[in-house]
Amino acid sequence: SHPPRRLCILKGIYPHEPKHKKKVNKGSTAPRTFYLLKDIKFLLHEPIVNKFREYKVFVRKLRKAYGKSEWSTVDRLKDNKPSYKLDHIVKERYPTFVDALRDLDDALSMCFLFSTFPRTGKCHVQTIQLCRRLAVEFMNYVIASRSLRKVFLSIKGIYYQAEVLGQPVTWITPYTFAHDHPTDVDYRVMATFTEFYTTLLGFVNFRLYQSLNLVYPPKIDSQTDAELKPAEGTEYAMDSESYLEKLSALSASLARVLAPAHEDEMEMDEFPVEGETAEQMDARKQEQEALEKHKKLFEGLRFFLNREVPREPLAFVIRCFGGQVSWDKSLCIGATYDVTDPSITHHIVDRPRVEPQVVGRYYLQPQWVFDSVNAKLCLPVADYFPGVLLPPHLSPFVTEQEGDYIPPEKLKLLAMQRGENPDDESEEEDEEEEEEEDDDKEEEEDESEKEEEMKLKKMEEQKTQSNKALPVKVTAGKVRLEDKQRLEQEQQSEEKRLAIMMMKKREKYLYKKIMFGKKRKVREANKLAAKRKAHDTAVKEEKKKSKKARRA
Amino acid sequence: MEQARPGGESAEELTDSGESVYSGLEDSGSGSSSAGEDSDSDSDAEDGPGGSSPPRTHAKGAPRKSKTLEDDSSLKDDEDLLAQNEYEEDSSDEEDIRNTVGNIPMEWYQDFPHIGYNLDGKKIYKPIRNKDELDMFLEKMENPEYWRTVQDKMTGADIKLTDEQVELVHRLQRGQFGDVHFNPYEPAVDFFTHEVMIHPVTNRPADKRSFIPSLIEKEKVSKLVHAIKMGWIKPRKPKDDTPTYYDLWAHEDPNSILGRHKMHVPAPKMKLPGHEESYNPPPEYLLSEEEKLAWEQQEPAERKLNFVPQQYRCLRAVPAYPRFIHERFERCLDLYLCPRQRKMRVNVDPEDLIPKLPKPQDLQPFPTTQALIYRGHSSLVRCLSVSPSGQWLVSGSDDGTVRFWEVCTARCMKTLPVGGVVKSIAWNPNPTVCLVAVGVEQSVLLVNPCLGDKLLYGATDQLLESYVAPEEERVQPVQWVTATAEQHGKGVRLLVQHSKAVKQVTWHGKGDYFASVVSDNSNMQVLIHQTSKRWSQNPFRKSKGLVQCVLFHPIRPYFFVATQRYVRVYNLLKQELTKKLMTNCKWVSSMAIHPGGDNIICGSYDSKLAWFDLDLSTRPYQLLRHHKKALRSVAFHKRYPLFASASDDGTVIVCHGMVYNDLLQNPLLVPVKVLKGHTPTLDLGVLAVLFHPTQPWVFSSGADGTVRLYT
Repeated sequence: SHPPRRLCILKGIYPHEPKHKKKVNKGSTAPRTFYLLKDIKFLLHEPIVNKFREYKVFVRKLRKAYGKSEWSTVDRLKDNKPSYKLDHIVKERYPTFVDALRDLDDALSMCFLFSTFPRTGKCHVQTIQLCRRLAVEFMNYVIASRSLRKVFLSIKGIYYQAEVLGQPVTWITPYTFAHDHPTDVDYRVMATFTEFYTTLLGFVNFRLYQSLNLVYPPKIDSQTDAELKPAEGTEYAMDSESYLEKLSALSASLARVLAPAHEDEMEMDEFPVEGETAEQMDARKQEQEALEKHKKLFEGLRFFLNREVPREPLAFVIRCFGGQVSWDKSLCIGATYDVTDPSITHHIVDRPRVEPQVVGRYYLQPQWVFDSVNAKLCLPVADYFPGVLLPPHLSPFVTEQEGDYIPPEKLKLLAMQRGENPDDESEEEDEEEEEEEDDDKEEEEDESEKEEEMKLKKMEEQKTQSNKALPVKVTAGKVRLEDKQRLEQEQQSEEKRLAIMMMKKREKYLYKKIMFGKKRKVREANKLAAKRKAHDTAVKEEKKKSKKARRA
Repeated sequence: MEQARPGGESAEELTDSGESVYSGLEDSGSGSSSAGEDSDSDSDAEDGPGGSSPPRTHAKGAPRKSKTLEDDSSLKDDEDLLAQNEYEEDSSDEEDIRNTVGNIPMEWYQDFPHIGYNLDGKKIYKPIRNKDELDMFLEKMENPEYWRTVQDKMTGADIKLTDEQVELVHRLQRGQFGDVHFNPYEPAVDFFTHEVMIHPVTNRPADKRSFIPSLIEKEKVSKLVHAIKMGWIKPRKPKDDTPTYYDLWAHEDPNSILGRHKMHVPAPKMKLPGHEESYNPPPEYLLSEEEKLAWEQQEPAERKLNFVPQQYRCLRAVPAYPRFIHERFERCLDLYLCPRQRKMRVNVDPEDLIPKLPKPQDLQPFPTTQALIYRGHSSLVRCLSVSPSGQWLVSGSDDGTVRFWEVCTARCMKTLPVGGVVKSIAWNPNPTVCLVAVGVEQSVLLVNPCLGDKLLYGATDQLLESYVAPEEERVQPVQWVTATAEQHGKGVRLLVQHSKAVKQVTWHGKGDYFASVVSDNSNMQVLIHQTSKRWSQNPFRKSKGLVQCVLFHPIRPYFFVATQRYVRVYNLLKQELTKKLMTNCKWVSSMAIHPGGDNIICGSYDSKLAWFDLDLSTRPYQLLRHHKKALRSVAFHKRYPLFASASDDGTVIVCHGMVYNDLLQNPLLVPVKVLKGHTPTLDLGVLAVLFHPTQPWVFSSGADGTVRLYT
């Protein structure tokens, strides 16, 4: 029989796969879930079981009182409504804070999802409000600590990855649309998970705020609060009511317990780790510097969000990297400056055309912000102007190993990060292309051998260039030599085949499996590369055609 | 009310609505009469004014209205009247003075000329109504008063309503009070003021019960007290004022890390998204039409991606993901329902798995290339044998011939038709005897090939002819027959005729004895023959299963018999079973022995080759699965540490099999060469394999009718 679901969820009890399935299952191999006996015994000792029972009794009594219309009893019962806390379970499951941080991914994703639910039906309004509050608190912490590292716009939602106290924490938020609530989902299960996750996240938030000397529950810094007030006037609700909204605007900095004592100038002491060479230390130092630089990516930039761009994710990301951000006053509370502000440097727009444009600021599509964050540098803006066909948005979570397919955009980006300037190359390429086109034209007019020769030379040059780019060097060899090499290779491969024949059965199986996986990987990479090539040629041809059409 | 409208309505309707008017009036206006009187309230209402209103100015009918109208117009008069006799009008006893029929439905008089009786008992006749529709219409058109004319149902007379009456009707239609002067919104005057007054409102003395304690209350209180005593009612809990969130990990106690935390298997994190999940992925990650179709046809659990990659031109165009909640929910289910197990990920370099073997070059010599092809047979070549000198090769084929070849030139020296499928062939290993045993159908032919040194084969003939038949005839399981002159001319010297088809012949190392295997299921399967004495015997009393092949030990008096799954080793001197080797194979096909005599290899039809070290164990020292199909034949080299196996997959695999004199060192087996050449026909590849006695060469014969030499 299955142990109580709710208890399993709260206590984190999961089934185990027995070592000898047949033995445990009385000879049958039918799929069954198995729990460890000690886990079930562990559940029995949980004090919260009694609380659950009390609650069940309470509900029964209340129903009875309602049925008899004994209103005084109802009131009395409601006054003494039994409540329970999950604090000790959180502590028990995560004995150290780092454990809790490691398991934060699901908690965050769930809270962010629940905070977007409508305030009707599906679950309690209090739960939704609590989720929203905790999510906003966490986002404010990430802003304050500047710990966001990666953002990814997927078709499912927006992925964020932050590095909280050295632990990578990844969560996904849905795009802000009304949910089409599915019917084949058990919301009670999700609600039980959320119950636990909210408790966990609350404690984690408290601790995180404490670690930054911030006041918990968060308070907007009195200075900025004062700045905000005159602008807002009294059009909004009372202070107490709009507090969470103001907080969720993500535009104000938070109040600290202690006045910030210029942490920025504090230098990290260097402790040489034993057995670490100078090179390694240098590398570490460089990494540290790069990280610091990444944290201050948008420092000094002033953004303005047009009303059609998703405000919350953009404001969150921009603030996480030190940028200042504002939006239309009617869009949301917490706007700090107006569209007309001349100091705005970047205006984020997501419509095909912007009229009239103000001189002195870039009009950019929102992808620029996300791509820049992932690239750890402010990308050239030309590709991201409104109405321009955007370059592909790549996942920052993919680290290509050797042999994997790397999209050309990623290669370009890597080169840019290394400090090379791929723009020139591409321009050159373009020029070359144009030249080639010219050549074609001239060819059409009259075919001279000289040009052919030139072309051949050029092609050779290109070839050598491309060869240079490759990590493997291929030296030109004589035919004989190659033959010898081939012979040697053949011999080697035969040796290998013979050796494989001598492998033990189990090892051979393993080897074949590994090799199959490798081959599949290569095949997939090749497929992608071929697809890309076909696509590129198609695009190029189209370009040529359109050019010709324009010329004609 | 309808009658007030200018539009003409039927008389009945008029009367009906008239009634409703009355009742409505009575509800709102007159003082309520008792419930019992309700039934004749209609008549009351009609009676009242009729009987009592002296200033009747207009004709009878709608009496109540007239009364109220009077109220309207001459309130003062009315008041005077009221003052005169307050209850005068309320009498229900008073009948209508004009018509004495009482409160009955007037339809009852429909068919009569009269409508009732007056006080004197005279009939009241209905007024003459001889107007037809046209007259009615004309009147409606012409009479300006028509719209205010109603019919009194008691008398049947037409009455013209006065202006006041019309006004009243209008007011009622609008839902206003009938009385013009009535003000429904007069300020309310409290009966008791809110101010505390010095005098009581009533003079009534206080009750006794206000001075003594209430019993009912006492009962209630005692009930509550009892409930509290019994613990049924609990006092209200004090408000919990500890904060909801606090520093839970303020004191991180290392002791709180329980054993179960060490055993805990943390749930694997969600897979991070790749490029294909982007809202604007590189074009190569988008699915083509076929891929999309394939994706749709796949089971959802089998799909590599649980979504179709899509490209949107701008962030604005990205819709909500419809399966977002599903995915979260599935994650929840995974977290609490999926069995968790620690699985060690095999993180080995596949190159490390390949065993480090000595290089084949270091193990030379061994045959590497195909040198010669011996063509001539027209059907599959089942068996091969080579002369001890290594100069001649003999092959037997399904086309019913035995061919003798010169090894070095691939020249067919001789063809011997034997008239049947040659199952087995064996050259006498004794170099001084030139004799070949050929197993054809039910007999074994001993053939002198007459090749090579004339002295040698002459001596062999002499040896065979020197046989002197013993005095007494002994019972033999086979018949020894001397060849006829014709056969002798071809080279056949002796025929050993068995009762069943012969499967295999093999010589003893000395060259005098040979053994033959017969396809039988009795104890007569294996026979051992002595050539010099032309004497055969059956060594076994009992059959131990279907014998596949037999072998003589090269040095010692041992005899190997391979049945389907076992190899039995008999000591011929002691005549006993010394060993039984388990081959771990399903069906042994062939067997070969190392010239040292301590190692055996067994090929089997389930494509395995078992190497036995007789000193080591009765189980295979190593089981080699090099071939992909059934093994047909195996062979050892007499001098070099080589062995070969031939299989139906058309290959011959030559292995280095070093046996050390040191007993502690195990044999070293290394495959050194895969020889390909034969083309498999009819699912048969290479049928026989044989090493050259002196050179590192290997012969193979195949189903394609050729014999090949690899050097």
